[in-house]
Amino acid sequence: MAQGSALYDAIVSGDDKKAHAATAEALAAGIAPMDLIQQSMVPAMDEVGRLFEAEEYFVPELLLAGRAMKSAMELLKPLLAASGQKMPVRVVIGTVKGDLHDIGKNIVASMLEGGGFEVIDLGTDVSPESFVAAVEERQPQVVCMSALLTVTMPAMKLTIDALKTAGLRTQVKVLVGGAPVTMQYAKEIGADGYSENASGAVSLVKNLLADA
Amino acid sequence: MIIAETAQKFTALAIPGQDQLLFGVCPHPLTCGLGLTIGAGTVFPEVNFTLPPISIGDDTWNEVKAHYEEMAKQILRRAVALAAPGIVLEFELLPAMTERPEWGAEITAILKRHLVAAHEKHHLPCALRVTPTDIRDQLKPPLLRTGEPWQHLRRSLELCAEAGADILSIESVGGKEVHDRALMYGDFPGIVFALGVLAPRDMAWLWGQIVSVCLAHPGVVAGGDSACGFANTAMQLAHQKMLPEVLASVVRAMSAVRSLAAFEQGALGPSKDCAYEGPVMKAITGLPISMEGKSASCAHFSPVGNIAAAMCDLWSNESVQNVRLLSGNAPEAFTELLAYDCRLMNAAASRGGALDLRDWMTASDEWLSPQAAVLSPAATLRIANAIVHEESPYRQTIAAGRAALDLLKEGLAEEKLRLSRKELQWLQRIESALGELPADEASLMAALEEQYGSLYDKPSYGL
Repeated sequence: MAQGSALYDAIVSGDDKKAHAATAEALAAGIAPMDLIQQSMVPAMDEVGRLFEAEEYFVPELLLAGRAMKSAMELLKPLLAASGQKMPVRVVIGTVKGDLHDIGKNIVASMLEGGGFEVIDLGTDVSPESFVAAVEERQPQVVCMSALLTVTMPAMKLTIDALKTAGLRTQVKVLVGGAPVTMQYAKEIGADGYSENASGAVSLVKNLLADA
Repeated sequence: MIIAETAQKFTALAIPGQDQLLFGVCPHPLTCGLGLTIGAGTVFPEVNFTLPPISIGDDTWNEVKAHYEEMAKQILRRAVALAAPGIVLEFELLPAMTERPEWGAEITAILKRHLVAAHEKHHLPCALRVTPTDIRDQLKPPLLRTGEPWQHLRRSLELCAEAGADILSIESVGGKEVHDRALMYGDFPGIVFALGVLAPRDMAWLWGQIVSVCLAHPGVVAGGDSACGFANTAMQLAHQKMLPEVLASVVRAMSAVRSLAAFEQGALGPSKDCAYEGPVMKAITGLPISMEGKSASCAHFSPVGNIAAAMCDLWSNESVQNVRLLSGNAPEAFTELLAYDCRLMNAAASRGGALDLRDWMTASDEWLSPQAAVLSPAATLRIANAIVHEESPYRQTIAAGRAALDLLKEGLAEEKLRLSRKELQWLQRIESALGELPADEASLMAALEEQYGSLYDKPSYGL
């Protein structure tokens, strides 16, 4: 399997229909879901990530690969759950209150999905209370916040404060990003991490969870 | 001042030749504000400014107002010190100031008071452009013609007009809910659907509303729009190597059609500074435009820093925070940059050298980026001509895309433009996609219904 397999090729070329079909065929042939993930899907997304980092792929190719991966995962998820396998890490993401910009947030969300995370996208103009409610309800390991306006950056701190007040802050890693946000600002407001771009955000989440 | 009461269709170019398409002049200059005439031979700075990091709320409102007082005072002081021949201040409301329209109106009144004082004391010709935030995309899918966000936006336009705005503008978002998705996936039919079907429909409706507000407030001009949420998004993502530059370039050309709809409804210019598609609109309508480039580096990167000035009537810095620099606060420092940029253009014009300067500014950027290649005076006229020779916004959008594609291919063939292998692949992909688009918008809409139908509210587009 792995490189050269139909599923691997379908994901790298961003073909969701082929990825779905290849997964179905592999399952019918008796290949274990976890083997498909470890031997085809993860290597495929690693290759896609490498191509993106090398500026061989643009975001569309990256997102199409993520969509293909998701298409394959739709078949695998119920099987993994039924067999008691560990489910993917869950991330809650949103643009903070008062801010309607969502392109950057959407790219990060898509890249996280492509990286194998389960992403719950709360959208834009998300209040601290809504972030808190999502953490209580969905029990994510990570919260990502985005802001594109200088005047909405303070909402990041308000959200972190709200997580503290609700007693949830220690349950999640908090990442922040967006054009006016800096590493220094992230430290000042008590975030766990900051990334200046989308691909960095995926690596950051992986590193933070590995260190946890 | 003349404001059209019915929509007009532009079927020919107001500026048909390259020699008439240059900075500072246009066939239909606009007189507005306090003794300011735009497009009659002089380029003026348009200064745009915003707050540093601060929460906007009842508890901080006095601090917010103090920032605007300080920025207006310092900008106008610097403009007077540099003998600027005139100035436009642009106040872009922040979302909270549009959601609470009284706040936006209060800042508008503050800024207008400073402009009136500068005009009375220093005889400075000036005007205030006010740009409420298009907050109609709060719901998913966005409700564009009904609901609380639209009511707040409409009220904001009215209150700002009453409070002293001379020019009303907006960066509207109709169609963006589909364009964002299509752009991210590089889905060309989706991009064309958003830019050529949805966006023009919303623009026509929204600008009908804005023009009606202006008609009810004598002296207030309906300025223009910007494809900021569409083409500037593509431009910034291309800069970050997330999207192909050739795609951003074609999107820019196609975006001119939706921005033109403001003028079809009676806007008189100047179009918004971040509308890099402005020269196409100027060529078609003969109305003045605002542009931004190298002196907007405080706000964002641009691959068109010089060429963007070639045909401008106002020259802007896009946006700068009120933070302290060595020479003073950033807004007044950028006022100085703009003032000197304008001095050079106006000095060139007064000595008969405007065309030379325009061509130097064009040549300095034209073939270094596909996005600059579609912004030269010659390219502008090609795209503008393609647009006016088609009937519907959908067909116009495709025609503008084809014109941009042809310009890029010609640049390649003549070895003026150089593209990487993957950019060339995307150029080919765009060409194929353009060739496969259906002849009418209804067929395209039907073909894309499953993919995008849930993202937009059909009644918001009169569908």
